[in-house]
Amino acid sequence: MKTLVVVDHNNNKLEKSTLNTIKAAIKLENVDLLVLSDSCKDICNELIHIKSINNIFINENVAFKNQLAEDSANFIAKNFKDYTNILFSNTSNGKNVAPRLAGLLDTMIIPDVIEIVDKQTFKRPIYAGNAIATCKSKNKINIITIRSTAFEEAETSDDNVIEIKEIGSLTTNNLTKYLNSELTKSERPELTSADIVVSGGRGLGSAENFQILEKLADKLGAAMGASRAAVDAGYVPNDWQVGQTGKIVAPNLYIAVGISGAIQHLAGMKDSKVIIGINKDEEAPIFSISDYGLAEDLFKAVPEMESKLN
Amino acid sequence: MKILVPVKRVIDYNVKVRVKKDETDVELDNVKMSMNPFDEIAVEEALRSKEKGVASEIIAVSIGLPEVQETIRNALAMGADSGIFVNCTSKLEPLSVAKILTSICNKIKPDLVIMGKQAIDDDMNATGQMLSAMLSWGQATFASKLEIQDKKIKVGREIDGGIENIEVNLPAIVTTDLRLNEPRYASLPNIMKAKRKPIDEIKVEDLNIDIEPRLEILKVEEPKSREAGIMVKSVDEMIEKLKNEAKVI
Repeated sequence: MKTLVVVDHNNNKLEKSTLNTIKAAIKLENVDLLVLSDSCKDICNELIHIKSINNIFINENVAFKNQLAEDSANFIAKNFKDYTNILFSNTSNGKNVAPRLAGLLDTMIIPDVIEIVDKQTFKRPIYAGNAIATCKSKNKINIITIRSTAFEEAETSDDNVIEIKEIGSLTTNNLTKYLNSELTKSERPELTSADIVVSGGRGLGSAENFQILEKLADKLGAAMGASRAAVDAGYVPNDWQVGQTGKIVAPNLYIAVGISGAIQHLAGMKDSKVIIGINKDEEAPIFSISDYGLAEDLFKAVPEMESKLN
Repeated sequence: MKILVPVKRVIDYNVKVRVKKDETDVELDNVKMSMNPFDEIAVEEALRSKEKGVASEIIAVSIGLPEVQETIRNALAMGADSGIFVNCTSKLEPLSVAKILTSICNKIKPDLVIMGKQAIDDDMNATGQMLSAMLSWGQATFASKLEIQDKKIKVGREIDGGIENIEVNLPAIVTTDLRLNEPRYASLPNIMKAKRKPIDEIKVEDLNIDIEPRLEILKVEEPKSREAGIMVKSVDEMIEKLKNEAKVI
């Protein structure tokens, strides 16, 4: 039995959720890592001291820079079909590549796993987290994506140095071509890995009003999030969206401001360690899952909170 | 240009889903069913490309019990030209659905398949990518912008941190994200018209495909519930609790 973790990254830096995926993989057996990039060195440096890993396999190819699913899936299917488990983080990359790989290998993907019960049994949320299904796999190869917030990060030790080995060769695809990316620039921490998240909903009323939340976020060193209602209303970009159709987060502190607490939003943040809700409607469902609730006008409460924090 | 749009019948997104007492599944009896919202977006996108004169024919396909024909009728009422109903009584998972769709694509040879990025019941997010792999076509997942050109498409994809633009040769698979468009409602005259549009029936047995599930569902349970905490009276009390009780700031 062999387990592979396909490392998620942006060619310069490791995507942190990979560490949670590796922790999940260690629950299986014989873990190797795979880095596909046009420049593997910096990424490998972040991985090399992780405990309980056999090998880091790399393939450095300029084509991998764009991380097209057609290239990655073909490469993995060709070189790793003797593996029992292939794990990805449930990120936009993982969600793009893993099912394609499963299609190539004729195996049923097991997406968004939150618990590994045993080597063939996995728990995963369905219906936006309103139910949890326990699935027993009859696959020969399990292709799994891991919900990072459900697992700790893998441990490292400086004494530990994993061997790096080059593997395989890539025949690039002629189906899909990368053109460019429009990335949101932000000085704030990344939403899915931040310690504190400040999120706003329709209650903010406009894009300009989000600035009062951003001040609070900057004071706390927090990431910014939003409900789908705020995104649909055009107040903030889509990649701020927390919820069933957006990002799943589980920070130490989640501050929900002007968010009523629709099921679809709760699905994305209810595993946060501490949740506070600020909403002028004291009947808002957000209070039913908040550790601390404050029924007050957000336009008064948020600036006050911001000024009193130091 | 011919566009195929797979549509799935799921519990309506406004329904509060409940787990059955015997923990075998969620409650499906007497529950309102609708077209998967991401599939509605897919139908809408196909219709818009027909209205622009890019596409000439839109075919909606659904797989399952006879009830799924209602979902096909919805797509026809929105404006699709014809339907394919694959009659199948067994439970299906994305791998099987992708195999059935592969067989249909090989038969009707669409230039483009537009489908939802995921169904809101099993939240798998897999069928589109699996189908592209099986057909050896290019894939553009999580599309928030689609431009159809002569022999290729340009797609803006929602990725972590922003948008990625790619170009895919046709035939191709596109999976839809929320911001691609806002689906129209079917008008009454169009609902009437849809009743006369053709739906072809195929029996899944006739396709000779292995649809045996690879995942056995042992149990479906309620998620751990989160207890409500306390209401505080002021910002000062909130800050005090966060500092001294929760110790998170």
